[in-house]
Amino acid sequence: MTGSRLPAGGLIDRTKPISFTFEGRALTGYAGDSVASALLANDVRIVGRSFKRHRPRGLLSLGMEEPNAILNVGTGAHAAPNRFATELPLAQGLAVSPTRGWPSSRFDLGGVLDLWPTPLAAGFYYKTFIGPRLPGVRDAWNRLWEPLLRSLAGQGRAPEGVDPDAYDHAHIEVDVAVVGAGLAGLAAAEAALGRGARVALFERDIRPGGRALGRDGDPRIDDAAPLAWAEGAWARIADNPRATAKLRTTAFGLYDGRQLAVYELPVDGPYAGRIWHVRAKEIVIAAGALERPMTFPGNDRPGVMLASAVEAAIRRYGVRPGGQAVVFLNHGDGAGLRQALNAADIEIVAEVGPDETVTGTQGFGRLQSVDIAPLGPDGLPRMDARRRVPADLLATSGGWSPALALHLIQGGRQAWSEADGCFIAAGGGQDGVRLAGAANARFSAAAALADGHGSTAGGAPGPKTTGGDAAPSGQGLPLAPIAAERLKRQAFIDFQHDVTVADIGLAAREGFHAIEHAKRYTTAGMGTDQGRTAQLATAAALAAATGREIGDIGLSGLRPPVTPVPFGALGGWRRGALFAPVRQTPMHRRHEALGAVFEDVGDWKRARYYAAPGEAMAPAVARECRAVRTAVGALDVSTLGKIAVAGPDAAAFLNRVYTNRMDTLAVGACRYGVMLKDDGMVFDDGVVARLGPNRFHVTTTSGGAAAVLNWLEDWRQTEWPDLKVWLASVTEQWAGVAVAGPNAARTLAALAPELDLSDTAFPHLTWRDATAAGLSARIFRVSFSGERGYEINVPWRHGEALWDAVLAAGAIPYGTEAMHVLRAEKGFIVVGHETDGTVTPVDLGLSWLISAKKGDFIGKRALARPALTAPGRKQLVGLEPEDASVVLDEGAQIIATATPRPPEPMLGHVASSYWSSALNRGFALALVKDGRARHGERLFAWSLGVAHAVRVRDPVFYDPKGARLHA
Amino acid sequence: MLIIPCPYCGPRDETEFAYGGEAHVVRPDPAEDDAAWSARLFLRHNPKGWTRERWRHQIGCGQWFNLCRDTATNAIGPAYRMGDAQPPFPDRETKP
Repeated sequence: MTGSRLPAGGLIDRTKPISFTFEGRALTGYAGDSVASALLANDVRIVGRSFKRHRPRGLLSLGMEEPNAILNVGTGAHAAPNRFATELPLAQGLAVSPTRGWPSSRFDLGGVLDLWPTPLAAGFYYKTFIGPRLPGVRDAWNRLWEPLLRSLAGQGRAPEGVDPDAYDHAHIEVDVAVVGAGLAGLAAAEAALGRGARVALFERDIRPGGRALGRDGDPRIDDAAPLAWAEGAWARIADNPRATAKLRTTAFGLYDGRQLAVYELPVDGPYAGRIWHVRAKEIVIAAGALERPMTFPGNDRPGVMLASAVEAAIRRYGVRPGGQAVVFLNHGDGAGLRQALNAADIEIVAEVGPDETVTGTQGFGRLQSVDIAPLGPDGLPRMDARRRVPADLLATSGGWSPALALHLIQGGRQAWSEADGCFIAAGGGQDGVRLAGAANARFSAAAALADGHGSTAGGAPGPKTTGGDAAPSGQGLPLAPIAAERLKRQAFIDFQHDVTVADIGLAAREGFHAIEHAKRYTTAGMGTDQGRTAQLATAAALAAATGREIGDIGLSGLRPPVTPVPFGALGGWRRGALFAPVRQTPMHRRHEALGAVFEDVGDWKRARYYAAPGEAMAPAVARECRAVRTAVGALDVSTLGKIAVAGPDAAAFLNRVYTNRMDTLAVGACRYGVMLKDDGMVFDDGVVARLGPNRFHVTTTSGGAAAVLNWLEDWRQTEWPDLKVWLASVTEQWAGVAVAGPNAARTLAALAPELDLSDTAFPHLTWRDATAAGLSARIFRVSFSGERGYEINVPWRHGEALWDAVLAAGAIPYGTEAMHVLRAEKGFIVVGHETDGTVTPVDLGLSWLISAKKGDFIGKRALARPALTAPGRKQLVGLEPEDASVVLDEGAQIIATATPRPPEPMLGHVASSYWSSALNRGFALALVKDGRARHGERLFAWSLGVAHAVRVRDPVFYDPKGARLHA
Repeated sequence: MLIIPCPYCGPRDETEFAYGGEAHVVRPDPAEDDAAWSARLFLRHNPKGWTRERWRHQIGCGQWFNLCRDTATNAIGPAYRMGDAQPPFPDRETKP
């Protein structure tokens, strides 16, 4: 007799068939089925292959314990690997397949590995295949073994292509969040609602009820059958306007601040879904308990199932999972199981008594018989007295363990309870987080209800139970005594990774006595099932192998997510264009129209260069540089950070944050300055303009604006609260265009005919308010290219109009790459290129910027520390490759020889390197030890195995006298 | 995610705040010696347990303030404004 659907009974709707495929085979289930129950109903016994030995594996459970039925769902881009068949509601047209097995899970050629299992013992990848070397095969690991292993390994198939599904994120704040709508969770939610709380209730199943769904023999609750009570309670909760009740939702994380992360599957299939971020004042973890399989030789054969799964197959899904059953429990809670087996007309051919054990199973891909032996006086099975009984189903239970994962990942502790026969919660974790019901080791219905209700105490009495109540009692460790080492190799602890009792013994013999070590050495519990069935058995086997108590061994640690969650769900809407915020200047459309290639500067998109049709980067940049050096160029500088500084003490404040004096700056003038961190290292640079006696306009680097404002606020608020000064970001108040080149004045004159642009009326490093292109503008005469330059600032909304006017007046647009070439030709630094947090202004040759005539400023004292004044510091220099056609790699190491011999002393590195069309050669800025004393020296720039000879020189390559500022 | 009680705005999510390191590190007078300055620049306590640290309500009021936090449990204690008297640490092992 084989597994098949019973004619009646269960929580399925036989009028609503659902078609699906498993490995391409067309199958049919019913509404209410999970993928697992539908497979069982269709007599699919092999649902996958194990990871290492490719042994055939069948359904062990029908719940969250499942280690075997972890399937690929969907195909192509619409695919999801590693979904639990036991938790996946059956949906029309669903295509599922095992994650391993070729050509199929039934006929897996990898199964040959099982014939030769010894090399795949614990830690095999640490000690096998490195040697011995195969004759004639060099590098055998890389060439032979690793490719072979990789072809056999693998955990599911990655989707091919971009995920077509949309995933949502939602946030909810409640008084009480309850995880699990079993008896305890429902009681907790109703109690909380009863005292006026806002409640969220999350249930991973498609129905409420928990254990009531697949179980008989529980007492009546408030005079109703347990399942009817659960459905009634759920309806009352869902109808309450203060409650949010969700099915198909799995809590996978619990974080600081009582933040619960929950994944919700949509109603119509396994794809997409929503992540709920839940904040609660109180969290009740009523996640139930996990049933433990007994560990005995042959326990992985398809047909060996958890007792709760057999009961649920019959009671919930109307499936007859076999015809002849052996029952093997290590506790006394078997009445419900026996009733279910009887109801489904399944013969109980043997029940393994307390003085007996299972010593083996037989059957190829399907259970055919079970060996049962009595225990001898030494506690071991007497193999000579064993009997063989025919059976196609073995219902096994090694007791129950509370589902503690959510408790543990938020810092909770656990301890072995001899009375309960399981690890139970033992304090720790956050205030306001409680366990209830079976998760709190309250295994009987009455105790679970009372615990759930009481955990949010106050007000009305809880649900009342009448009638007998069953709970596992006297449950021991789920480890059967095994007579011989050979048989221990057939007793599986981790079904997915093929870890056996023998492997744990081997790990113990090799010194891996700590649970975390034994776990990693054997990989027990490291599969995609997250070791739910393996954890306790590993500890039990390790305890037996090392002669210790299980409580002293403990369980290995857990991390979120406690159940697999698709990456797409975690990402939510933050993908593609929404992955990160993008900042654009008001001229962005114009840049696009001009063929701009953009680069990311902080969150900004800046035009790197403008490529004419068919034009490559290098000629485009050279063309843009020539335009600035010989005519006039226009650069969008709207991204520059801008900070308004105002107040009676504004000048005093800026005096303390820049190295040079800002109090002497005249109204109408501007000045370049660098800011240091208090350790003396350059932090940011920019131009300070004095708008009035008490008002300044400060510019920062494009990427550093937020950090600079944060930094200035820090000093203003915490070190100098006595200063009367206020700061505000005005970055997005001003759009700007830099107009630079020998024709810059002519271009500006066309835009602002009323403005006197003579060197006397509007000298370098001053600013003027004027009307430009019909817009009210603030114009700074500054230069970052060495050419005469103006930065025209207008209100942000007029940026595009200004850009259009500047280009109409004849300026050639240039991008940030040309800007970099031009500034490097002048030896101007860029924070982040020439600085890396270890560079002082003295190192950069900016000593002239450090005022000796003013009081303290940030970083002043540190500059006098011995380490910052000692010889041997890296200093900014220019480098000319001897071969003028060479453009050095940025980051190339500066060394003294062309043929380095490690450890070759490193003298420095290339900070910026470009091709200069003005110089007609490659050139670079570098930081080199004692560089200023090395001008003229011949050194080598080494990168990726090539050393180029370079000549050290002054960092200013172009127009060292600065004459062109006034051209 | 922590919930941080901004002394100006009330409790808010951690993502609204920027961390600012140990609180009450005194900046020495420039006349003090290199050792005093090295301590200011480079040495922090990094305790296990209750500590006082600086936070800024960056996506909010923009104010810097001090906060008591237990580095072992992430329990959050009282927050107080710059210049205010230091409140005592919570005397029990509160959790966030």
